[in-house]
Amino acid sequence: MKVIVCVKQIPDPALPGELDSATNTLKRDGKLILDESDSYGVEMALQLVDAAGGGEVALVSMAPNGEVSGLRTALAMGAAQGVLVSDPGLAGSDALTTAKVLAAAVQRLGGADLVLAGTESSDGYTGTVPEQMAEVLGLPSVTFAKSVAVEGGSLKVNRQTEAGYDEVTCPLPAVVSVTAGVVEPRYPSFKGIMAAKSKPVDTVTAADLGVTATGWDAAGQQITSVTQAPTREAGEVIEDDGEAHVKIVEFLEGLKVI
Amino acid sequence: MADYRAPIADISHALTTVAGLDMIASTDRFGHADTETVLGVIEEVGRFMTEVIAPTNRDGDNIRAQWHDDASVTVPESFGSAYRQYVESGFGAMPFDPEYGGAGFPWVTALAVQEMLNSANMAMALCPLLTQGAIDALEAHGSLEQQQTYLPKMLTGEWAGTMNLSEPQAGSDVGAVRTKAEPAGDGSWRITGTKIWITFGEHDMTENIVHLVLARTPGAPPGTKGISMFLVPKFLVNEDGSLGERNDVICVSIEHKLGIHGSPTCVMAYGEQGGAIGWLVGEENEGMKNMFTMMNNARLSVGLQGLAIAERAYQDAVAYALERRQGRAIGAPAGEQSPIVEHPDVRRLLMFQRAWIDAMRALTYTNAAFLDMAKAATDPDDAKRWREKADLYIPLSKSLCTDVAQETTSAAVQIFGGMGYVEETGVAQHYRDARILPIYEGTNGIQAADLVGRKLSMRSGGVIADELDRFQSVADGLAKRDGMANFAANLSSAITTCRQATDHLVTVAASDPASLLGASSPYLRLLGTTVCAGLLGGAALKVDADTPFGASKVAAARFFGEQILPAAEGLSGAVHATSEDLFAIAADAF
Ligand SMILES: Cc1cc2nc3c(=O)[nH]c(=O)nc-3n(C[C@H](O)[C@H](O)[C@H](O)COP(=O)(O)OP(=O)(O)OC[C@H]3O[C@@H](n4cnc5c(N)ncnc54)[C@H](O)[C@@H]3O)c2cc1C
Repeated sequence: MKVIVCVKQIPDPALPGELDSATNTLKRDGKLILDESDSYGVEMALQLVDAAGGGEVALVSMAPNGEVSGLRTALAMGAAQGVLVSDPGLAGSDALTTAKVLAAAVQRLGGADLVLAGTESSDGYTGTVPEQMAEVLGLPSVTFAKSVAVEGGSLKVNRQTEAGYDEVTCPLPAVVSVTAGVVEPRYPSFKGIMAAKSKPVDTVTAADLGVTATGWDAAGQQITSVTQAPTREAGEVIEDDGEAHVKIVEFLEGLKVI
Repeated sequence: MADYRAPIADISHALTTVAGLDMIASTDRFGHADTETVLGVIEEVGRFMTEVIAPTNRDGDNIRAQWHDDASVTVPESFGSAYRQYVESGFGAMPFDPEYGGAGFPWVTALAVQEMLNSANMAMALCPLLTQGAIDALEAHGSLEQQQTYLPKMLTGEWAGTMNLSEPQAGSDVGAVRTKAEPAGDGSWRITGTKIWITFGEHDMTENIVHLVLARTPGAPPGTKGISMFLVPKFLVNEDGSLGERNDVICVSIEHKLGIHGSPTCVMAYGEQGGAIGWLVGEENEGMKNMFTMMNNARLSVGLQGLAIAERAYQDAVAYALERRQGRAIGAPAGEQSPIVEHPDVRRLLMFQRAWIDAMRALTYTNAAFLDMAKAATDPDDAKRWREKADLYIPLSKSLCTDVAQETTSAAVQIFGGMGYVEETGVAQHYRDARILPIYEGTNGIQAADLVGRKLSMRSGGVIADELDRFQSVADGLAKRDGMANFAANLSSAITTCRQATDHLVTVAASDPASLLGASSPYLRLLGTTVCAGLLGGAALKVDADTPFGASKVAAARFFGEQILPAAEGLSGAVHATSEDLFAIAADAF
């Protein structure tokens, strides 16, 4: 079984991020790491290939400056190879262009039985790339997967919903977006890290993929303004005078969670 | 309490700019460990320690290691799963023999892994630390069969190792060991006796524990010359490598301690049922010599623990100083409380910690680099030169870093004010945990005696003089840099003071051993602090001061040179004093 995982490499969220004041986008010129929300897809892919008794996990990523640190992490986890699309002309690409680029990268790898992606990236949150990719590739799209299994050549997905989950059956190949936190991503071992050093990463430009890099000018989406996130307000402390449980229930009712 | 974050940039700086990883990787022996590879590994190790190990540190203090009636010892549950992941990671095996599953990486890279492991959870890290000591001893002195039977699983960490030296009458004085070993006639020995203070002597993190035990054979000469080393596994190992019978060694109790509550400190009873089965490691009566081979690494690792706990406490202190508001800082708007980080005296506490942390990292990583170069050198004279430097640095690393850790963790508590004294912030734990460091693995008093005994006499003070020459050229370089004139002058002055102190001690060594030993600890502090200043100065000359990171290294080095180094020079008086002052009051009059 061959699974391709779309992985984004993002600035370390633990470090203070910085916005480019001209474009209102996150500065990405420093070192980039594997987006945690994509590590679940990588883990799931590795497990699926394991369960299938063989095959390969490959990666596709689009990132500036030929950055491969995040890809190396995913390779160290166990993926076999990757395609990195790095092209100054792609700076400012919107979600649709990103989807076209990643779809072309998937095709460069010869396609797959299954393409996995995170539901949304931790630094952009557009949350539309996987579905657009499926459309570009002409494949079925399943979103918000909390578990994925292959049974008798078709895909069984438990799809997270507000009320619970849907059981979805779908033919292969397909594009599936994976919810964060559904598997425990493995940490790269020393052996994995050393092996990753010699795994191939094919670095290509938009032109190599036959995609037109439209950049900022032709992007179909724009960031019109940014505002400061509201500062967190101090929580309410309830002294337990024997009636605290009543107040807690009221509080939860106020939030409409019960 | 802030979560630990592995200081990757600082560690990379120490590996490359300070310790000279490129030089190490240019040797045939370590050519496979190029800088890019090493830094790639270190980064993943950092993430692992931060996310998997660090969250377990509080459990060690709260839940603690527990002794049970069936003589078993359990550690907190979170230790078990974190340790299992550590084993799976394979990071512990990096520096060891590829023959047994290691990767033959330089020791300095292993030090980086250990630093993060110890910052994440020092109590838990003691298990791998002791295992590492046992591996070193077996790699150097074990028979082929012993190596093949035990090393592969010890390298992965599936089996742990311990070091059994101490007995009630044999602490600093290891030669007083009484535990007995009798030949059983079949090549094995029967061990009987009681060992105390045995770190991770019993626990449930690994399926087997390999004890290395110092004992006396029949007719052995008294003192250190009559001590042999034995391998005593908790479970005997069958021919096929599976675990067999339980050996006759049990943990009869564990200590209640000031800190490192997650690390069981065990009283071990050997041979209550007739004799624990053991095998001689190396030759009879060479146990002390064998011990010395692993002692350098072990002492360096304990020095490193001083750095590691200082770093963890510092991170907590920084987070609190940024958050806690109290008083109005100079120039702050009226009616508003300022974060305490804006107060000059709080800055002083932070800079003190930060400058010392840079210094400790420089000292320990440089020490490890010397060990690596000594191993890698192909020319015997070169090897000897590197070995001498490494040997000189060992007592400095062990003592200075562990003494300083007392001061820096105390400064971290101070930044928390009253909240530092209550346990819930977690910073008090670091202060308590740190207190063991100057005691075990040879007390700092013993380290100082080692410095003025064995190390001072190497080439009659010549090894020390060579290092001081090297730092004099650093001082000359600093003198040419803007804003570094004071640092340069202080460093030159401290070097002169060290030369005079060294010459003085070389002179009195034979004629007045009491004064020599009386001066040993102040001399260690003086020399160690000067070495640290030299290393920080050297690194400050190399970094790009126009980057924020480089500028921060220069600032910390300058602080060290201007505000910490001069205080150490004041110890000159104590070094030159005779022991008369120390014995002016009779023992029974204290
Ligand atoms: C938590 C913990 C874990 C430990 N783990 C282990 C372990 O795993 N294995 C093991 O074998 N041991 C272990 N030890 C024992 C430890 O190594 C000893 O405590 C240490 O060597 C000091 O010995 P002592 O306690 O007998 O002190 P003493 O030797 O009695 O020393 C008391 C004081 O006298 C000073 N002193 C003693 N002799 C001299 C001298 N000749 N010159 C100058 N000063 C001197 C010492 O510096 C110290 O200040 C551990 C101890 C603790 C507390």
